[in-house]
Amino acid sequence: MTAVELTRTIPRLGGFNPTLLGTELKRLLRNRRTMIFTLLFPGVMLLAFGSQSDWNSSVGNGNVAAYIMVAMALYGAAMSAASTGASVAMDRALGWSRQLRLTPLRPAAYVATKSLCALAVGVLAVGVVNVVGIVQGRAQMPVSVWLACGALTVLSTLVFAALGVFVGYLVPGETAMQVLGPGLAALAFIGNVFIPIDPSSWLWTVSAFTPMFGVAEISRAPLTGDLPWYAVANALGWLAVFVTGAAWRMSRDTARV
Amino acid sequence: MTQLLNQSRQAGAAATPAISLRGVSRSFGDVQAVRGLDLEIGQGEVVAFLGPNGAGKTTTIDMVLGLSRPTSGTVAVLGLDPREAIARGLVSAVMQTGGLLKDLSVRETVAYVASLFASTQNVDVVLEIAGITHLASRKVGRCSGGEQQRLRFALALLPDPALLLLDEPTTGMDVEGRRAFWQAIRADAARGRTVLFATHYLEEADQYADRIILLSEGRIVADGSGPEIRALTSGRVIRALLPDADTRELGRLPGVDSVERRGEVVLVHAQDSDAVARHLLTHTSARDVEITARGLEEAFLSLTGRTAA
Repeated sequence: MTAVELTRTIPRLGGFNPTLLGTELKRLLRNRRTMIFTLLFPGVMLLAFGSQSDWNSSVGNGNVAAYIMVAMALYGAAMSAASTGASVAMDRALGWSRQLRLTPLRPAAYVATKSLCALAVGVLAVGVVNVVGIVQGRAQMPVSVWLACGALTVLSTLVFAALGVFVGYLVPGETAMQVLGPGLAALAFIGNVFIPIDPSSWLWTVSAFTPMFGVAEISRAPLTGDLPWYAVANALGWLAVFVTGAAWRMSRDTARV
Repeated sequence: MTQLLNQSRQAGAAATPAISLRGVSRSFGDVQAVRGLDLEIGQGEVVAFLGPNGAGKTTTIDMVLGLSRPTSGTVAVLGLDPREAIARGLVSAVMQTGGLLKDLSVRETVAYVASLFASTQNVDVVLEIAGITHLASRKVGRCSGGEQQRLRFALALLPDPALLLLDEPTTGMDVEGRRAFWQAIRADAARGRTVLFATHYLEEADQYADRIILLSEGRIVADGSGPEIRALTSGRVIRALLPDADTRELGRLPGVDSVERRGEVVLVHAQDSDAVARHLLTHTSARDVEITARGLEEAFLSLTGRTAA
């Protein structure tokens, strides 16, 4: 073999690197629509939903306002993470993913980058909702519960980052965003996020199988002091479904031209 | 890096071809895009793939890049699997439609792609070679088609590839943009990089390639230097006004390749134009006889079995 091959090496981590992550984050921050969805929307939602009359009734370790705040933070984080994950659809529509296939970047490293970006905006959304909640001054819960809920909400965002990437590979271009917006709102309603569902009703049984139910129960568990086993199973199950789906579509995408 | 590459070129030029295709076929459903290509391109060659749309140029380039797999046959790039060659930065490409991110600046785009390789040329150096240093801080969305194409060229230069593929790189460029683009490519190729470009501009192939491979309907129909390709169908075209021309009789004349009638005009492709002209003027009522040399355009059309438009 000639010296040409010997002088060349394959990048570590499939091409994943700080410049890649930094540039993708910078693109997100420049995107006005993402920022409105991430920063403005969840805060406004909280102010809209959080102004009901029984806001100071007691729920577990805190009050109703705290309960609603955690739910809105989850919804906001899910929205931002999913739409960020789905930006792979825009990159594909532009032909950028084809350009990237002329480099050593592994598809898995690319998706990992997109997922980290999704997680980052999820953190941002959770932060905004919590700051709005603090400023509003109604939410009451111990600081440790508050922090635990925030951390669990951020963790839950992973499910929707994976969902976003999956949808981004499934649906072309702008359509991905248009599917996710109403889709996530519907899932929030059926998943016991926006409106409380009576645990003894048949709707609860349906709800328990939908993707937002599990993460919603998990993210507010420190507040309610209650976590059904099937909520955890639900969250892990849907995470597995979305990650598998994204990986499957991604491998198809690489094989095809 | 460049120095190492040059040394290896001297050492390994004879040993490993830049591209080696063995019985490569590719079909999409019922459509056979490429039919049994056998081809070897040595290191340091500048080669043109010339052919009409649908000849199999892009399909072949996609297989050399490992973007698609041949239905049968094998593709090797510098002795490696195509994807392996990409991962090592040995081969890169300027594609017809490779997308760019409009929200990044030119420099950000180059830095982004540079970060994906184990080692690359300096960002400023490739901007300079591609002639876009002055555009470094401009948003990609504000660059013209020709400027974006030079940006793609800069991206392709980043890994200092041993093999550079260009798929119809000047499509949509104006004359000035095309000239600037080829100047940059030509100056770069002089350093000894292997270049394979696909084009349907005949003058581009003739002007910039050392070797021209004519593709038609997924097959190689000719392979040689520009002059050789022309020599393959050396000869002339005799055009005359001749209603009721007896094409069969004209076709029997010595050295005639083909005869074609268009209304009252008859076109004779022939090696011996004098004999045809003499026949037309002495044995028929032909008028307005014109004799023209066949250019590469004519050679191309006759080799790929299509009639001149």
